[in-house]
Amino acid sequence: MMDAIAPGSEAGPNLSAIAADASGERAVGRPTVYVYEAPVRICHWVNAFAIIVLMVTGYFIGTPLPTVAGEASDNFVMGYIRFAHFAAGQVLAVFFLTRILWAFVGNHHSRQIFYIPLHRKQFWKEVLHEIRWYAFLEREPKMYVGHNPLAQTAMFTGFTLFVAFMIVTGFALYSEGAGIDSWQHKLFGWVFGIWPNSQDVHTWHHLGMWALVAFVMVHIYAAIREDIMSRQSIISSMVSGERQFRD
Amino acid sequence: MGTATETFYSVIRRQGITRRSFHKFCSLTATSLGLGPLAASRIANALETKPRVPVIWMHGLECTCCSESFIRSAHPLVKDAVLSMISLDYDDTIMAAAGHQAEAILEETRAKHKGQYILAVEGNPPLNEGGMFCIDGGKPFVEKLKMMAEDAMAIIAWGACASWGCVQAAKPNPTQATPIDKVITGKPIIKVPGCPPIAEVMTGVVTFITTFGKLPELDRQGRPKMFYSQRIHDKCYRRPHFDAGQFVEEWDDEAARKGYCLYKMGCKGPTTYNACSTVRWNGGVSFPIQSGHGCIGCSEDGFWDKGSFYDRLTNIKQFGIEKNADQIGMAAAGAVGAAVAAHAAVTAVKRLATKREDADHNS
Repeated sequence: MMDAIAPGSEAGPNLSAIAADASGERAVGRPTVYVYEAPVRICHWVNAFAIIVLMVTGYFIGTPLPTVAGEASDNFVMGYIRFAHFAAGQVLAVFFLTRILWAFVGNHHSRQIFYIPLHRKQFWKEVLHEIRWYAFLEREPKMYVGHNPLAQTAMFTGFTLFVAFMIVTGFALYSEGAGIDSWQHKLFGWVFGIWPNSQDVHTWHHLGMWALVAFVMVHIYAAIREDIMSRQSIISSMVSGERQFRD
Repeated sequence: MGTATETFYSVIRRQGITRRSFHKFCSLTATSLGLGPLAASRIANALETKPRVPVIWMHGLECTCCSESFIRSAHPLVKDAVLSMISLDYDDTIMAAAGHQAEAILEETRAKHKGQYILAVEGNPPLNEGGMFCIDGGKPFVEKLKMMAEDAMAIIAWGACASWGCVQAAKPNPTQATPIDKVITGKPIIKVPGCPPIAEVMTGVVTFITTFGKLPELDRQGRPKMFYSQRIHDKCYRRPHFDAGQFVEEWDDEAARKGYCLYKMGCKGPTTYNACSTVRWNGGVSFPIQSGHGCIGCSEDGFWDKGSFYDRLTNIKQFGIEKNADQIGMAAAGAVGAAVAAHAAVTAVKRLATKREDADHNS
């Protein structure tokens, strides 16, 4: 399952594939692999958009905008902000769930962000290699078809776990308004068994947002950096699904 | 204080209350409990036929604000609750008997009404130093509590003290004041939190138990659903201003005068389960938000340790700092941003250096 490709190994894509056109001019044929299937890419971009909406609206729920003038019945500022937050939250939940379901039917790359192979020695060795690469101690990065081991660890914690936490606490908080007869309360009311005072759930949900902000920053930075520095495409892969190797 | 075999109805008729008034009371109680029209006749029937429930009311580490609230109940009047509906056999604060005479009632009730009496507890037992921080009748209160709980039908935990611990359990809790449900296990416990709970909520719970001979339906945290299933915020009369985005920004500003939402002033209504915004206080006269002050969340667990009553975002006190989630989050995001920028800078420099090296190498 480890997608490391030793440079020049037989198992990897044919890195020396070079084509020549009719006039004899040689073009570099870049080996590509189809990694991210359509549902994975759709989920990625929908979730990314939903998370941005959730962060902005969530921040303004905690720290509302300045008071608006006029009749209460003429305004619905907080109402619209909360509506956007709840709507984006449910979109995120649906697409997160879809993403989990796709992990069962999709290719093996679609399962990568849902586990960390903690027991595999080789995995940790390669995590160390990646850390050394980011610490400028390695000259050459390794090549991976899917996520590199460090990225897999970051995606599992920073995305899968954090977002799951936000969805669970989010629905628990939503159930407060929906009422104790609601399905949200039946499914997620147990959160208040852990934190009996929902003030604490609010605080944790809020801290979770900032944890996601940090993750998003690292995620985007790493994607841009690896797109430039590493030996494979990153950003365009999440659009086309194809990973291009360029050695 | 009266035998427990009399019915409520026979007691009030003896006191000169007409049958008509009795039925009025039954309908009013049914309404305040949120029950249907048929319930009024069921209440009447129960009060005419069932023996009055003996109640033992004990006081641990507390301030008696629950009792103060209870005696101001308007619907039903507390005199009806105490003198007619229940057989309040023991309450060391308001009973006439004292000393050994009073303490003897405990033993008597325990023997005579084994498994049938209600134990109402105001306050909680401190457990540190063998419970010596609350001595009652020469013994630690915790011993008295355990003794009376053993043969009780159910326990009512009055107020934030008995339900959650309240201010005497505030960090670092030197006396180790402990809520009832952490001390007594294996008995049904009804939590009626609030500091104090609303008078009508207290008498409402008592009425329900005496009427139906069973405990009201409780929520996940052991509170009666009829009074604690919605937040102050859900039924607040200022809620339209919240949805509109109209907030009091500062005490005594124009918005405060107009009665806008107190969310930004740290009102805990959105996280507090209680009936204040519907039942209100002092016979329905007002409640904190109506008086222009935010809710402090006094019926919630740990409200005394959650920082200022006037902050929207809760202060987090880990690692010796005192900051809210935004301050911590922004600092963390800032640190990550700085790290990313530094890393990017080093990457760029390194890349340039490598390129030059390669170029030198190639030439």
